[in-house]
Amino acid sequence: MPDLLIELFSEEIPARMQADAREALKRRVTDGLVEAGLTYAAARAWSTPRRLVLAVEGLTGRSPDLREERKGPRVDAPEQALEGFLRSTGLTKDQLQARDDKKGQVWIAILEKPGRPAADIVAEVLEATIRNFPWPKSMRWGAGSLRWVRPLQSILCLLSDEAGAEIVPLEVDGIRAGDVTRGHRFMAPAPFRVSGVEDYQAKLKRAFVMLDQDERAAHIWHEATNAAFAQGLELVEDRGLLAEVAGLVEWPVVLMGAIREDFLSLPPEVLQTSMKEHQKFFSVRDPGTGRIVRFVTVANRETPDNGETILHGNGKVLAARLSDAAFFWGNDLAVARAGMADWRAGLEQVTFHGKLGSQADRIARIEALAREIAPLVGADADQAAQAARVAKLDLQSAMVGEFPELQGIMGRYYAEAAGLPPQIAAACEMHYKPLGPSDAVPTEPVSVAVALADKIDTLTGFWAIDEKPTGSKDPFALRRAALGVTRVLLGNGSRISLKDLLFEQLVAKYVTLLSERKVPGSLQDEIVFPLTSFLSDDWSKKGVDLRNRLMEDDARGLIGSKAKDLLSFLHDRLKVHLREQGIRHDVIDACLAMPNSDDLTLLVRRAEALNDVLGTEDGENLVQGFRRANNILTQAEAKDGVEYSFGADPKFAEDPAETALFAALDAAEAAIGPAMQQEDFAAAMAAMAALRGPIDAFFEAVQINADNPILRRNRLNLLHRIRATCRAVADLTRIEGA
Amino acid sequence: MSDGKPRSFQEIILRLQDYWAAKGCAILQPYDMEVGAGTFHPATTLRALGSRPWAAAYVQPSRRPTDGRYGENPNRLQHYYQYQVLIKPSPPDLQELYLGSLAAIGIDFDYHDIRFVEDDWESPTLGAWGLGWEVWCDGMEVSQFTYFQQVGGHDCRPVSGELTYGLERLAMYVLGIDHVMDMPFNDPDAPIPLKYGDVFRQTEEEYSRWNFDVADTGKLLHFFEAAEAECVRILDHPQVDPRSGKRIIMVHPAYDQCIKASHFFNLLDARGVISVTERQAYIGRVRALAKRCADAFVETNAGGWTGDASAAAE
Repeated sequence: MPDLLIELFSEEIPARMQADAREALKRRVTDGLVEAGLTYAAARAWSTPRRLVLAVEGLTGRSPDLREERKGPRVDAPEQALEGFLRSTGLTKDQLQARDDKKGQVWIAILEKPGRPAADIVAEVLEATIRNFPWPKSMRWGAGSLRWVRPLQSILCLLSDEAGAEIVPLEVDGIRAGDVTRGHRFMAPAPFRVSGVEDYQAKLKRAFVMLDQDERAAHIWHEATNAAFAQGLELVEDRGLLAEVAGLVEWPVVLMGAIREDFLSLPPEVLQTSMKEHQKFFSVRDPGTGRIVRFVTVANRETPDNGETILHGNGKVLAARLSDAAFFWGNDLAVARAGMADWRAGLEQVTFHGKLGSQADRIARIEALAREIAPLVGADADQAAQAARVAKLDLQSAMVGEFPELQGIMGRYYAEAAGLPPQIAAACEMHYKPLGPSDAVPTEPVSVAVALADKIDTLTGFWAIDEKPTGSKDPFALRRAALGVTRVLLGNGSRISLKDLLFEQLVAKYVTLLSERKVPGSLQDEIVFPLTSFLSDDWSKKGVDLRNRLMEDDARGLIGSKAKDLLSFLHDRLKVHLREQGIRHDVIDACLAMPNSDDLTLLVRRAEALNDVLGTEDGENLVQGFRRANNILTQAEAKDGVEYSFGADPKFAEDPAETALFAALDAAEAAIGPAMQQEDFAAAMAAMAALRGPIDAFFEAVQINADNPILRRNRLNLLHRIRATCRAVADLTRIEGA
Repeated sequence: MSDGKPRSFQEIILRLQDYWAAKGCAILQPYDMEVGAGTFHPATTLRALGSRPWAAAYVQPSRRPTDGRYGENPNRLQHYYQYQVLIKPSPPDLQELYLGSLAAIGIDFDYHDIRFVEDDWESPTLGAWGLGWEVWCDGMEVSQFTYFQQVGGHDCRPVSGELTYGLERLAMYVLGIDHVMDMPFNDPDAPIPLKYGDVFRQTEEEYSRWNFDVADTGKLLHFFEAAEAECVRILDHPQVDPRSGKRIIMVHPAYDQCIKASHFFNLLDARGVISVTERQAYIGRVRALAKRCADAFVETNAGGWTGDASAAAE
């Protein structure tokens, strides 16, 4: 069983592409080998900035011989049929056998495919892999036509076993595969031969190449944390940066350096971002003060002066970068202390979106909405409005211009410098949150109000102009905004009915779009056409009338249906979110059918209670009982063409189980009504689940479709009570399975 | 070539000239027009097109009006020098050749950390792009290394390798200077030692003032439009010259007008009179000129035209 070693040696591969490239190499080669009839025991892929490597262990030496018999036309069939058969099999007539069949004599072709040596298959598969490699961006070089991420310099391709190693004969665009590679670009540049996977790894290590990216990352992390720890400091964790840096070096050497005293007063986020973005430095924090006081850089070599020259050079570049940052910080603080008026004026000139106006227009909308939402989330309306007015001013600051990812964080610093109250400064940062599924949600009421207003304005704005996410395309991050709305509401237990809010916001957007004649072409017929006679007047002066008109007429239901569509988009995000929390989507569907499901907090409480009760034995069996009742009832109603919804009468109860069910339903109804009123879903669900025993006993004892029509009708009406009682709690018809 | 560390800005330039001359490049002189980068020199933009082999190296004074800082910023200048190398087809050992040039200016690889960090190059004004790296020395970007894939909308076949050195920054690093104006321009022991500031501080002030506050935007706009019109007019002429009877496509005169338009645009930009939306439109207009020049160049002998109309059409 030979082992296969492949090394594709090139000029420097971008760090961000290495992980996918490793996977693609492994998948494409192993898939190709298997498809060609080989099997293997294990495969591993590695990468460095200059090489992509695949090791396949325990490969079979040959693919198996294959023999296939194919039946052709009858011997007396027309000539064309025989010709077609010969073409498809690639044989000549004298190679066919005539054989007896039910219908007479037919031609049989025996196709023999002898197995092939692994080397031939590897050569074929590797060449195809190289030629069709899925690089996100690739290039040509020199006078050749081959595409690779950067010039491909050599190919190493070996099959080796106890007997020795064999170079796989392969040539791609003039590059002939061999058994030679090179070590570190500077520390061991000489070429050398290898004889197999183990020999390759060992020789590379001696040539100052740590082949395994995970080993490099672990080494960097270990050395860097140790260096920090030795000085009583801690490394700021950054997994993304670690993976990137590990992809930039073959022989990582960790060096720690100081940050000049005069830069230590910069906000830690600024230091960290500048060092990471520009220089790929890790930050080192003083745990006592929370300040960033050192940097860690990872060099790609050892030096006779133990990295002193390298560290000195890096420190110089850092100083130049931080001088820029300090310059921005100083200028921005001056604008902030003067009340940020320059930034406010600047935002009038910045377009948010061609159809949705400037950033200043957007801020005005968020302010009005934040004022409206404030009382619903326990915030002071004036404070929420003020926070909305300042929350995005930092977009105009020099620092955010340089580092867009610091938006909000800088806003908080600048609002503090402007002397604004802490909850308003906090809202500048927190209203952007949550930024991802694991990011914290704002909890301070002013932040909550602005966060919701911002996200709802964005969602209704893009919904109004028909810019919804499609497939993987979501350029305006609307899914994130919708998940944000959901998580902020749930995280704070906020009670807001979204339906009317979304509708009114959409109406407001259309008032503006119509008055600025910016309704997208795709909506002309639906929105503009119905209003033609109305709009033909000098309607731009009739802002209020237009609004009323839209509210009443609703442009033939378009805006209402857009609001519904947006609400169901929010519900979809909610389902994804709850699924991660272990709540099934059908449980949510069962609750969505209930009233007030546009209040997401209420919806989730209901879903959680239902989820809990379905987890119990009673709950599970109740669903079955309910389904049975519902099925029988539905069939009977369809067959008889009537609805069995008149009150069932206990006086027709014959069986004790039947009487008991009447009593149980009375008790359940008495409990469920008030519990639902008080939104005590657990109590309501418990009352519903308590029906399980009586329902089971009833089905056990009683035949619904009794011969006596009075009894039958009464029992069907009783089933209706079961259905109605349960439906007051949740729509159990939506529950799947069992 | 002298050994050891260079002692001045000009010595670094001279060593690069010697090095690339020894490697077989034609050492050209700067193009005699205002350009934003060495790439604009026709020895790069136009010569990267077509099938004819090419190898050239040159210094190119470059102007970026928005980067003016009145000579006060240690690293930023509105007028600076680039060193540019273009070799077509890109040789297989271009990285090694490049590293050799760093060694030639005194960078000792035993002590320094050299890296090739992903950086894809794109020039929207030239309709050009390529893949490559920025080269870091101890965390400092010292060069741009690009394999041209397209210029003026044309696929580059064969591909050119382009190296661009930001000379001031590179020299400051090699010489250990913190402020560009303090950098020795000639040898510090020369009878009349000159620093970079002695040569350029005053001009940085003058141009910064003119670029930012004084340049006549009305005239600049007019110049832009005039250059644009002239470029198109030149290329609209028939290929055969009625006076000489020869086929003479006036690519370079037209391309000069494209360069001028690009520079006027940069000046307008520095004056702050171009809005975000207009910006794209102006860049698109310059790109349209560059594209027409590229289309015309591949119809010339230098652009690989062989007199066979069907080959040129490809």
